[in-house]
Amino acid sequence: MSMFSIFNVSGSAISAQSQRLNVVASNLANADAVAGPDGQGYKGRQVVFETVSMGSDASSGVRVNAVKESNEPLRKVHNPNHPSADADGYVTHSNVNPVEEMVNMISASRSYQNNVEVMNTAKTLLLKTLQMGQ
Amino acid sequence: MFATMTNGLDFHSKALIVRAERQRVIASNIANADTPGYVARDLDFRDAMAAASGSSAQLAGPRIRATAAQPGHMALAGSTIGSLGGTEGLAYTVQTQPSMDGNSVDLDRERANFADNTVRYEATLRFINGSSKTILSAIQGQ
Repeated sequence: MSMFSIFNVSGSAISAQSQRLNVVASNLANADAVAGPDGQGYKGRQVVFETVSMGSDASSGVRVNAVKESNEPLRKVHNPNHPSADADGYVTHSNVNPVEEMVNMISASRSYQNNVEVMNTAKTLLLKTLQMGQ
Repeated sequence: MFATMTNGLDFHSKALIVRAERQRVIASNIANADTPGYVARDLDFRDAMAAASGSSAQLAGPRIRATAAQPGHMALAGSTIGSLGGTEGLAYTVQTQPSMDGNSVDLDRERANFADNTVRYEATLRFINGSSKTILSAIQGQ
């Protein structure tokens, strides 16, 4: 039955979206992190999605192709009293923008919900198909 | 005699396969709603049904015309759906709100299509159940 591949398709999307949510969580957790002695602060990460064929032309799933680091410059704040301040008195923070990450989180969570609903609908239809003729 | 009894059943079972196929295509679109460069696909039910039922299309009364080609659909020759054995094309949907990443999935439309297809799938199931009950009662004569 060809509808069974919906579970593969939506399942791949759910897994990809949860990975995106994971990356968002790690970005948000490190939003206020300051750079260590090496001066390398935390760089925000983004997942890159990619379409992957699920056996036939009609069904295509998703997978995470790569997790890329953001190229935005690290945020420097002048705070000479901070223990991690450099010689000029600047503290290097991560380049994560919490607002962007929150938007990203909402988007990921909505996509996740959409795919769960698709799976549930497919399951209901298949169960009804099983009862055909009764 | 028996063939005329099961003709309707046969037709609806083919419709069920096409509906399942469309459900799969729409599920793929929803799954790829965030994939850069993904182009949304859809199939025209009337064309797919005509291809699936072949020359026997005209014998069934309810020739499905309710879901005629949508104005936003562009026919595409060449791509086939293997499991149906037909050669009906999967069309590309036309972008209504173009996005920067080249993704042409309109999530609202896809969800509406998905709900619509679900209801029609269930309707087809009920037709099949109804015909099979009719045939059963004719056989049993009770």
